Amino acid sequence: MSERVGVYVCHCGTNIAGMVDVAGVAKWAQENLPGVVVGREYKFMCSSLGQELIQEDIRKEGLTRVVVAACSPHLHERTFRTACANAGLNPYLCQMASLREQVSWVTRDKEQADAKARALIAGAVRRVQLQEPLEPTEVPVNPTTLVVGAGIAGIQASLEMAEAGHQVVLVEREPSIGGHMAQFDKTFPTLDCSACILTPKMSDVGLHPNIRLLSYSEVENVSGYVGNFDVRVRKKARSVREDACTGCGICIEKCPKKVIDDVFEVGIGYRKAIYRPFPQAVPKFPVIDRESCIYFERGTCKACEKFCPTNAVDFEQVDEYLDLTVGNIILATGYDLFDCGQLPQYGYGRLTNVFTSLEFERMCNAAGPTEGKIVLRDGVTTPKTVALIHCVGSRDKRHHPYCSAVCCMSALKFGHLVMEKTGAEVYSFYIDMRPLHKNYEEFYDRLQQEGMHFVRGRAAEVTDVARRPEEDGKLIIQAEDTLIGKQRRVPVDMVILLGALQPRADAKEIALRFGISTSIDGWFTERHPKLDPVATMTEGLFIAGTCQGPKDIPDSVAQGAAAAARVQGMITTGTVLIEPIVAEIDEARCSGCRICNNLCPFNAIDYLEDETVSRINAALCKGCGTCVAACPAQAIGGKHFTYEQISAEIEGVLYDVVRTNGGHALERVDLLEPAGGVR
Amino acid sequence: MRYGYYPGCSLTHSAAPYDLSTRAVAAALGMQLEEVDDWNCCGATEYITLHQAAAYALIGRNLALAGQDGQSELVAPCSACYLNLRKVDHNMALHPRLAQRTNEALAAGGLHYEPGSLHIRHLLDVIVDDVPEADIASRVTHPLHGLRVAPYYGCLIVRPKLNGGRQDPEFPTHMDHLLAGLGADVIDYPLKTHCCGGHMTQISADTAYELIHRLLKSAQDHDADVIVAACPMCQLNLDAYQSQVNRHFRTDFHLPVLYFTQLMGLAFGMRPAALGLGREIVTAAPALAKIGAVPEGIPDPEAAAPRRKRAETGLPMPRRRGES
Repeated sequence: MSERVGVYVCHCGTNIAGMVDVAGVAKWAQENLPGVVVGREYKFMCSSLGQELIQEDIRKEGLTRVVVAACSPHLHERTFRTACANAGLNPYLCQMASLREQVSWVTRDKEQADAKARALIAGAVRRVQLQEPLEPTEVPVNPTTLVVGAGIAGIQASLEMAEAGHQVVLVEREPSIGGHMAQFDKTFPTLDCSACILTPKMSDVGLHPNIRLLSYSEVENVSGYVGNFDVRVRKKARSVREDACTGCGICIEKCPKKVIDDVFEVGIGYRKAIYRPFPQAVPKFPVIDRESCIYFERGTCKACEKFCPTNAVDFEQVDEYLDLTVGNIILATGYDLFDCGQLPQYGYGRLTNVFTSLEFERMCNAAGPTEGKIVLRDGVTTPKTVALIHCVGSRDKRHHPYCSAVCCMSALKFGHLVMEKTGAEVYSFYIDMRPLHKNYEEFYDRLQQEGMHFVRGRAAEVTDVARRPEEDGKLIIQAEDTLIGKQRRVPVDMVILLGALQPRADAKEIALRFGISTSIDGWFTERHPKLDPVATMTEGLFIAGTCQGPKDIPDSVAQGAAAAARVQGMITTGTVLIEPIVAEIDEARCSGCRICNNLCPFNAIDYLEDETVSRINAALCKGCGTCVAACPAQAIGGKHFTYEQISAEIEGVLYDVVRTNGGHALERVDLLEPAGGVR
Repeated sequence: MRYGYYPGCSLTHSAAPYDLSTRAVAAALGMQLEEVDDWNCCGATEYITLHQAAAYALIGRNLALAGQDGQSELVAPCSACYLNLRKVDHNMALHPRLAQRTNEALAAGGLHYEPGSLHIRHLLDVIVDDVPEADIASRVTHPLHGLRVAPYYGCLIVRPKLNGGRQDPEFPTHMDHLLAGLGADVIDYPLKTHCCGGHMTQISADTAYELIHRLLKSAQDHDADVIVAACPMCQLNLDAYQSQVNRHFRTDFHLPVLYFTQLMGLAFGMRPAALGLGREIVTAAPALAKIGAVPEGIPDPEAAAPRRKRAETGLPMPRRRGES
């Protein structure tokens, strides 16, 4: 072997140097490892001076391989590959050894740290000498983008891209866009009307020539890869022809069937069987809910059809499937409210006048079931005292351990609205007040000035069992006031539970469909929690808004815009480089058994009937290696992860174990005969 | 199924009806209850906090004996016994030193208990979890239609980590479902897990009366005919001290307090006397007359259930999970 290897050991300030004898390890590598011609250490290899050090050696020392012993390749592999490429070395001839994440951060024993650092470097050095130059393939990026979910985050992302002149397909599962924000009355901390700031954006979406809005539709299937996704969308039968409907609403007026609206009015209001969720709905076309419709139940009625002036009602309409090709996808699928009935001690569903936060939003909304009047469940009585219970399902190990981020501010907003509209006394039962963002603390202060009562303590229960005469007929909140160290019982007329924000019921299923991952809680996982919050580990797939975790409107909007900016970058570049680290089948050895065909999670393997062999589509392959391991004939090899490279790395790591073997690692592992063809 | 049976002292005397009805119902459901040989008192609710070593040995002896009988499942109908047995098993498993000390004491009597070797369960959990709902339903010959019952769990069987693995320590519903399956009208009893006062009747009677009064008043406010208990302590306090509470608060409660096993027996068509009925202090006769009067050819319980009415101007109530 005649490769000339350079080894560069990074101090990472004291991150590595505090635990590993970096100078000693670098010197050891140069003196002991075959092929190493240069062994250096440097304070920060990732700095431009560190990179120049490598580049200079490539030129002057004629290095043909580079090993950087620093942090995890997740962080800086790209940095060093680019540095090598700029000095004329193929970037895939550079290998990293993770001395920070896998050595210095995970031990307190300096001797062991040195030993493991040497082993990892030895592994990298042996491996890198077998690595081969690879060239990424360049594919064009389809300039159309798919946005899934038309709440405020999805709306913002769509508008940003459409305004920049790019085509957007916006898919929304409900009959109208708007999401949860459309249900709200006011928004904190400015108390501006939610509809007033949202509906202009909604109508922009509806009218924009660059946005193709598919409401009442769901994405059924996704395949392909960054730049070229194939997407199948199911457009659910609306039973109203969009080309004919004028949105006059006579059908809704004439429909004789009234049902509880569990979605938009969250169960406290009604809608017709043919309906539009709310007056400002976009698009304006109504939908027939076939489960409630009298015609679909009994075969007669058709009142809507009879009265429709443009003959737009179509009972025979069927689901339509649309096949689209898009370059990038933004998921903005939002959240569900926690089912407050899961905490029966708070009485939701048992005690008449216990409401959830979303129910209260609808109640406050002038377009809601009570036309904005705050009343008890009897529909007429104005409450004189109202309790707000925070953290219902949040910060609770039995439900969601996380903080839902918006509830403190919602509670303050509710307190203000109750006092303004009814003059009632308001009690907030909180664990900690978390008014985190701009002008939020000031809003908290304002509510304290306005006379809202704050009791610090998680409410133990809400009960209707009175102990004292003044509690008769009331709901009583029992809580320990942890600021005064006393139990308190506060009788009130109405209780509002600030339920947790939780992932959509089908979030895991959606994540699987789009090929991204979720956290333990079920939120979609971002590429990096701080530095890459809207990208995912899957190229071309971005996330925005509450599908990534609880957040308020400003943060959702910011993420929607950020995701759009990321996608625009991809579109402007026009092409995307596909990693050349893929699997390849040696067709001479392939028996055509097809075991790999169904195992491939990316459907990248085709079976060629004529030649009775399987072949991998390099553009679809993600290099996961499943087929490589599964092939009984060892006919599949993974580029950059060949059997020889992996064996060499293992032998390198075990250099001190096999030292007895004449000071050299075993040349080949005979037990595991490696596949020939591919390296 | 075979179970070790630890009746506890109450069931041999004041709560004899609980023992009678438990054995009768268990036999009907095909459960074999085998009484632990030579069992002793569990020390009730206080002793374990007064003298740890002695209390653990006292309770541990019962566990060791049950283990000797070759049981793997041990059933206690009394909530205090259940909690004590379970607590000792749980804590011995958690703290090896405690287990060692306890076993040193047990060794004096030639006994040993291996923590975790017994699955200690409350009778209510066994009936709800082990007996298929359909088996119970198929034995109901005299459904309790029209009888309004307040399911009262007490505070001992719901404690987190010691509640038989249930997820609902705050507001359990398993007895509610069991009683509804017998045809009873189960009220949504808000104080179902609140304390009955335990032995407070002996220490600070006023405190106990206050607690008992709350429970009785809430049941009465919901028009309950019967309070249904799963613990002899709860039954005793609500039943035997009802007249004192009436004197103390100038109230006039006549609320019979029965065991859930007694209601099961009645629904299965057993003779009241065989279930120990008639031995309660506040007589259950008027309440039982309500179900005795139910003729053959029972009305459909769905139809009999009051329909939730909504005022024209009102907002609909949220639908709870499991409700259609």
